[in-house]
Amino acid sequence: MTVTDKLEEADQKRLKIRKKVVDRWRALKPWQRWLFVAAGVFVLYALPDNRFPASFIRTDFSEGGASWSGVLFLCAVYALVAIGLNVVIGLAGLLDLGYVGFFAIGAYSVALFGSLDSPVVKALQAKFNLGSEWAVAWAICIPIAIAFTMLSGVLLGWPTLRLRGDYLAIVTMGFGEIIRIIARNSDFTNATLGINNIPGPEGPASMDNVIFRVIDPTPWYWMALTVVLLLVVAVRRLEHSRVGRAWAAVREDEDAAAIMGVHGFRFKLWAFAIGAALGGMSGVLFASRQGYIDPSNFSLVLSITFVAMVVIGGSGNMMGVALGAVLLTYLPERFRDFIDWRPFMVGVALVVVMVLKPTGLIPSRRRARELRDRAEEAEAVNV
Amino acid sequence: MSESPNGRRTLLEVDNVTLRFGGVVALNEVSFNLHEGEILGLIGPNGAGKTTCFNVMTGVYKPTDGQVRFDDQQISGKKPFIINHMGIARTFQNIRLFPEMTAIENVMVGADSRHTTSVMGALFGLPRYKRRPHEISDSNSVLAWLQTSFLISRHKREELDGEHKALELLRFVGIADRANEVARNLPYGYQRRLEIARALATGPKLICLDEPAAGFNPAEKADLLQLIKKIRDRGYTVLLIEHDMRLVMGVTDRIVVLEFGRKIAEGTPDEVSRDPKVIAAYLGVPDESA
Amino acid sequence: MNFDALFSQLGQHTIDGLSKGAIYALVALGYTLVYGVLRLINFAHSEVFMVGTFAVLGAWTVMGANAEDGLGMVLVYVAVALVVAALASGGVALAVERIAYRPLRKKNAPSLVFLITAIGVSTVLMETFGYVLDRGFSAFAPGTWNGFGRPFGRVIAGMPTVVQNKTVLDLGIFTISNRQLIVILGAVAMMLALDLFINRTRLGRGVRAVAQDPDTAALMGVNKDRVIMLIFVLGGAMAGGAAVLYGLKLGNTVFDVGFLIGIKAFTAAVLGGIGNLRGALLGGLLLGVIEVYGATLTKSSWEDVWAFGVLVIVLMFRPTGLLGESLGRARA
Repeated sequence: MTVTDKLEEADQKRLKIRKKVVDRWRALKPWQRWLFVAAGVFVLYALPDNRFPASFIRTDFSEGGASWSGVLFLCAVYALVAIGLNVVIGLAGLLDLGYVGFFAIGAYSVALFGSLDSPVVKALQAKFNLGSEWAVAWAICIPIAIAFTMLSGVLLGWPTLRLRGDYLAIVTMGFGEIIRIIARNSDFTNATLGINNIPGPEGPASMDNVIFRVIDPTPWYWMALTVVLLLVVAVRRLEHSRVGRAWAAVREDEDAAAIMGVHGFRFKLWAFAIGAALGGMSGVLFASRQGYIDPSNFSLVLSITFVAMVVIGGSGNMMGVALGAVLLTYLPERFRDFIDWRPFMVGVALVVVMVLKPTGLIPSRRRARELRDRAEEAEAVNV
Repeated sequence: MSESPNGRRTLLEVDNVTLRFGGVVALNEVSFNLHEGEILGLIGPNGAGKTTCFNVMTGVYKPTDGQVRFDDQQISGKKPFIINHMGIARTFQNIRLFPEMTAIENVMVGADSRHTTSVMGALFGLPRYKRRPHEISDSNSVLAWLQTSFLISRHKREELDGEHKALELLRFVGIADRANEVARNLPYGYQRRLEIARALATGPKLICLDEPAAGFNPAEKADLLQLIKKIRDRGYTVLLIEHDMRLVMGVTDRIVVLEFGRKIAEGTPDEVSRDPKVIAAYLGVPDESA
Repeated sequence: MNFDALFSQLGQHTIDGLSKGAIYALVALGYTLVYGVLRLINFAHSEVFMVGTFAVLGAWTVMGANAEDGLGMVLVYVAVALVVAALASGGVALAVERIAYRPLRKKNAPSLVFLITAIGVSTVLMETFGYVLDRGFSAFAPGTWNGFGRPFGRVIAGMPTVVQNKTVLDLGIFTISNRQLIVILGAVAMMLALDLFINRTRLGRGVRAVAQDPDTAALMGVNKDRVIMLIFVLGGAMAGGAAVLYGLKLGNTVFDVGFLIGIKAFTAAVLGGIGNLRGALLGGLLLGVIEVYGATLTKSSWEDVWAFGVLVIVLMFRPTGLLGESLGRARA
């Protein structure tokens, strides 16, 4: 049996199990479901606890291993990225290769407006006579970041969303690079030196902080997890509303959707903007915890890794992409010796997954069906 | 606003429309009017330009010459979704449902075009979980009224209205029993009727049906004939492309005949079936049963 | 905007731009050939170019190439490099087609899947030369391979100088160096060769047939799969040629050299008209000139931004390019 046949078999088994699970789930009453969900959420919050079992899963029991909460935090941040990118790729069907640009804009927003180290803050201090200890409060930086990212999402999308899929991919890739080049070459971003002293919710990392102190990243993880859960709820609401239906309709047959009254362009633009905002939010979290960013953090390889998270995990459904993000973040940390191999492995994984199982690890049923039908069409054609 | 002989106003004017694709002339100075409340048939041999005419009317093509006016407003060259909002809906010759969405979801996409709230409304409305169609109550109970008026946001209200409307339309065309099935898996007859339901959900004044009976057996065609009459009785105007002469003669008020992109005849079914040009082009030897 | 700097040296800038653009043009041929027939942006093509540069590096290192060795030897060095690079690049392009793209074609995969696969291949190739061959390999089997005799990987690797940079033509208002001349003439020569091949040979006829109507071509006895392989090899060989010229002109390479050159070459292909071979030439030369002019007008570090700008503007306002598209429909 070929590899694909074996995969098919495994897939069938998985589908049967899934059906059983889904039927049981459907049979539960709403309050019972809520209980399950609450239990799951509780487990997620409890993960950092030292009593949590399975030391072979945790990363901090091996020497030189990363802090477990720190890794969890990173997983949460990248899961948020994956969910945002999923709105663009999985829900609206647009391939965005420059998502790191939005991530960078979010990070730089909190850096440039919140850090005493930033040229922008210094300029504002001078202009408005605010004293050398003034900077924008961390909480205010968030709406600033979201505003900037959504604006850039709209600016990027407006001219490019009418393009063919391949062209859109290249242009978005160029956008990501342009953001990096601007960050690297501009004075207001401190060019290659980067920005230090980026504050968290309580200000820059210091022993005087009550919750967000210097060493233990657990509060960071909890904060990030909370943000992720809230935004997951928000995205689900969108998915199950006319917005999600419009995205699905545009993805399946854009011309028919237009004839049925769906304003395709506007919804695609919304997808871009929402995806951008989520990317920006995760950028804010990332920069706040790191305390320091510079343009080399936001490379093309990172953009490709983001796409890989969505695609390998299973684009179109949030569980899948979150899993993809967690795997691609956690595995390299767990096996730290191989961290330099990560980009190479990401590339290999992309090719292998696309050729053997393009729907990803947790496929959305729609995608699976669509790909299977296309393959059947191809078999029928003998030429 | 012009009026037809029996006093109904003109809803659609196709005015000298010509459509050229490079060297091919798909439509050649085609003109006809459609009056409110009537059922107009558009017939002609294969390749005559009937579907092309639909495409021009719904904004898929822009005419090289001439105009299309709907409700006294110029629509030729406007974008398809705008034309739909102005009141024209259609079905397709080769069914174009959203294959991976369920029947009711397909219809709801049509209903969505009448929504006024969008992303912001979806985000900030009150939470609930997704209900299944059998849970959608038809009753106008006090609770339902309370929910829709006070306790729930406009977005939610529009969602609920959309669900009601979708279910009602599925019943109207007779396929409500399979509302939750994925469109791709529905039997052929259901798919055709689903397309009609979806088009009706967009709340049009004019519905254009492109060969809705293709592939049907005589019993199904008879059902469809009744459905089309029901649609007209509800107040919609119908423009119908069809090859089955019995169906066309049985349901239409007037007929327009196209051949090679030109209009060659127009009139009541009787007049058209006796027109020698039409017979020559299309009907061949007059059939007793036609 | 520094108009003075631009206009005072317009001729020189033009020559500089043309010699840059010639390299873009050659690489653009690979993109345009594949897109024209398969409607696929071969993301991995930029890495095909990169492999070519490393092949050149390897060849010249092994041969101990040196500009001092006299004209005859220099010709030999260049010729050998051409062959090696063409084989390397063409070979990699072919391998990519067989391993990654063909299975997808047989499954009639949607273009999103192709794109993502291409990105994956590109990343693999980049990392192979950026880490795996350099240090990853040595982690597993130390001492068995010491690279190209010099550090590379994430570091820019210098190449032996084969042609000393000398001014060859001094027309007063501008000068042309021997390197620039070689690059421009070399590129034109290679393109002519390709053009002749496509238009005058039997295999070339097959390529044109498949580009225009793959199914009918198949019915007329053309082996579609073979022709597609040929297209990849041709594009790769052109990229290999570009790699030699690049090595001559710039004298160094690095694992991610393909990325920027690739985007610019793709821009050139679109600018000229994707699928159109003459368009690739025109687009490449034009893009090179625009880049140099733009960099002179603003800062030189904004050169890439000008290139991206051209890309966005072309795609927005004239996506069919200057000379118009020539697209086929060969999908499955």
